[in-house]
Amino acid sequence: MQILKKGQAGTMQSSDLMVTVEPADGLSIEIESTVKKQFEHLIRARLEETLAKHGVSSGKISISDRGALDYAIEARLEAALQRAGGV
Amino acid sequence: MADYKLRRSLLYVPGNMPSMLQNIPLFQCDAVQIDLEDAVPLSEKDAARILVRRFLDNYKNRNKEILVRINGLDTKWALDDLKTVLPAIPDGIRLPKADSPEIVEHLDTMLTEYEEELGLQVGFFKILPSIETAEGVLNAPKTAKASTRLIGLAFGAEDYTATMEINRTKTGEELFNARMNVLWGAKAAGIQAIDSIFADVNDMESLRKETELIKKLGFTGKCMINPRQIDIIHDVFAPKQEEVDYALEVIEAIKRAREMGTGVISLKGKMIDRPVVVRAARVLNTARAHGMVDVVINEEDINGTE
Repeated sequence: MQILKKGQAGTMQSSDLMVTVEPADGLSIEIESTVKKQFEHLIRARLEETLAKHGVSSGKISISDRGALDYAIEARLEAALQRAGGV
Repeated sequence: MADYKLRRSLLYVPGNMPSMLQNIPLFQCDAVQIDLEDAVPLSEKDAARILVRRFLDNYKNRNKEILVRINGLDTKWALDDLKTVLPAIPDGIRLPKADSPEIVEHLDTMLTEYEEELGLQVGFFKILPSIETAEGVLNAPKTAKASTRLIGLAFGAEDYTATMEINRTKTGEELFNARMNVLWGAKAAGIQAIDSIFADVNDMESLRKETELIKKLGFTGKCMINPRQIDIIHDVFAPKQEEVDYALEVIEAIKRAREMGTGVISLKGKMIDRPVVVRAARVLNTARAHGMVDVVINEEDINGTE
């Protein structure tokens, strides 16, 4: 799928995250997290996996994470993508 | 009766809060009802159902019954709720505003289609309808027989009092007739009867009183909005040791009576006949579900043989 417009999903509550996706040439992922030091590579891997699953190859993805588990990262990214153009 | 499933405590969990969802495995209740309806704001309906789907996909070793409260079938969200959540295989659907048997039949038909698509046995997904309007209460006896998927009828006092244009009180006099109609409907259909939530999480004494009342009336379980309410509800629903001991004595007494060729006998000055035995059997089956006794009470124990 393609990111056609800006889409946002999630909250800033504990165990959640806020995901913003925007149209862009090329793919970039920006991660801000309360557990960035320990888990950035795992968060990034989960984001990349979810993007690949939905065939997203370009866009600016930024997240602000409050210690979300994998299922929530996947779900919030999917919701943001859906809002940004339809999965 | 031996496989009677305990549903004493059904906890609502908001569908759009990861911090609550991921505690579901830890809650000590018999069932959870993940809520996509009233606990989710209109702007988050889409995101909540995706979150619930991914949570359930990852919750493999389930240790309690999982129901999902979808939005009412008269809303634009209900179909997407089902489509998104059912592939994660919840045990059933809590159906709000089940005002008529037709609404339950409609959901039944849709669930059959999803079962065929997902390769599940038809009838796998259960339904727990909410009886929460004046019309719903009037139709409760018919609604209770609308589908073989029903595990019970659930009374929703908050919405019911709203449709009646009255206030809900802690003593609940205003709910008696509605509760009884829900109970009669459920009992006549042979399904469970689940009572409404108690909204004040700081008033444990009134929660206990209300739970004692609804147990006395015949409800088999109660909904909750806070895990702090679980212990009191379980405590009220647990059979008391003296009830269990007495029920065992009743079963022994009726066996002795039948050996003597009669269907009635005196136990400590009280008459024991079939209705007393039926009640004792119910106590023992509940006690068995609580792990208090091992005995399995069968039809022969209740009725004897020809």
